[in-house]
Amino acid sequence: MNGFVSRGFTPRRQTPEELADRLPPGQYAESGWPVLTAGPTPDVPTDEWSFRIDGMVGEPKEWSWEEFHHLPFETITKDIHCVTKWSKFDANFGGVSMDVLLDQVEPLDAYAMFYAYGGYTTNLPIEEISDGKAWVVTEYDGEPLPREHGGPARMLVPHLYFWKSAKWVHGMTVMDHDEPGFWEQNGYNNHGDPWKEERYWGD
Amino acid sequence: MGRLMESPMPPVEQRAPGRWQIGTVTAIKEETPRVKTFRIELPMWMAHLPGQHYDVRLTAEDGYRAQRSYSIASSPLDEGGIELTIDKLEDGEVSPYFHDVVVEGDQVEVRGPFTSYFVWRGEKPVLLVGGGSGVVPLMCMLRHRRRTMPDLPMRLVYSVRHADDVIYEDELMEDALLTFTRDAPEGWDGHRGHIDAELIAEAGIDRGLAFVCGSNGFVETASQLVLDAGYDPQRIRTERFGPTG
Repeated sequence: MNGFVSRGFTPRRQTPEELADRLPPGQYAESGWPVLTAGPTPDVPTDEWSFRIDGMVGEPKEWSWEEFHHLPFETITKDIHCVTKWSKFDANFGGVSMDVLLDQVEPLDAYAMFYAYGGYTTNLPIEEISDGKAWVVTEYDGEPLPREHGGPARMLVPHLYFWKSAKWVHGMTVMDHDEPGFWEQNGYNNHGDPWKEERYWGD
Repeated sequence: MGRLMESPMPPVEQRAPGRWQIGTVTAIKEETPRVKTFRIELPMWMAHLPGQHYDVRLTAEDGYRAQRSYSIASSPLDEGGIELTIDKLEDGEVSPYFHDVVVEGDQVEVRGPFTSYFVWRGEKPVLLVGGGSGVVPLMCMLRHRRRTMPDLPMRLVYSVRHADDVIYEDELMEDALLTFTRDAPEGWDGHRGHIDAELIAEAGIDRGLAFVCGSNGFVETASQLVLDAGYDPQRIRTERFGPTG
């Protein structure tokens, strides 16, 4: 771009060739799963957990933990990308597609605000969470999703930076306009496509 | 509806995020055997908020690039540049470059300052809890407070492992409580062991705004202690360092 070269810098962390085209610009491959959270980790017992869809919908709906587990459950293997620069290949989750949930409420408008236990929010257009692009997940590698990673349930929206995949998710509100969520108000990009490197405001 | 977090502050200012710019390293200070501070003069400097970070980007001859984020250590009153304090992670890619290659006069590519949540905007009282290099953004807050509002109640509780792990040692005054979890310096008569409820209580900041920064394990434990001390969860801001760098 500007031709700048860092004097004496030689790469240490070469991504294997077969994986290189799965690594978005500015990211590095991480085998662990780092934790990033803006506040203390909420403790949400499954018998108190629910997921609801409200706002501009035909009929608001709320699923308890048990009801949620009667929905069609799938395993999902995806690469995930965190704005703090790490990416994780082939992360394996289990959960319910947003398509299944949206089918039951009939969204009437184009935008959604996801909200989580603990107060976190993040905004997503409905089209970014439809057609096999988003899930509410409760399992990681076949085990219950660890609390520090958002258990009992979190969003999985793997085509966008991972702050869009709200941990401890509690529901979403369908809205007739877009509105920035928590990180979107605090400096991160409103959309967050890792392939376009939409990290911060103005990217 | 579980809507936006109650914010005690006015809405964030809409600042233009920094563009990539090429800064010049003008001073390097060895803080500990594993930690160095780099003063970087910037052609497009802008004042940051204490707690914000910069992104650093390294580019190899073949075009390969590596990026990481580092917290700013210096007060925004130090105009024209920033100080980044960088912990050397042996299996890292960017931090070993800074430690082993960069010398004064070198150019580095950075952009920032970024994000406006883990920032101090003059609220009080303030409890800072840091583990290891998690002290960096907290020291930025402490330094800025000392220079602008020295009477504002702000206390740092700082945990390190070994005697030679203390970053900013010569700046730890009566507003800082230090504890060593493995081995303390000879003759040390202060705190030893992990941060506990007693040490949090000793800081004497009752139900203020808390900033907790360190490794994930540290932040999990320390933020729970702050919660147990009666803090509102919405008034505890955390920043966690990943395992790599």
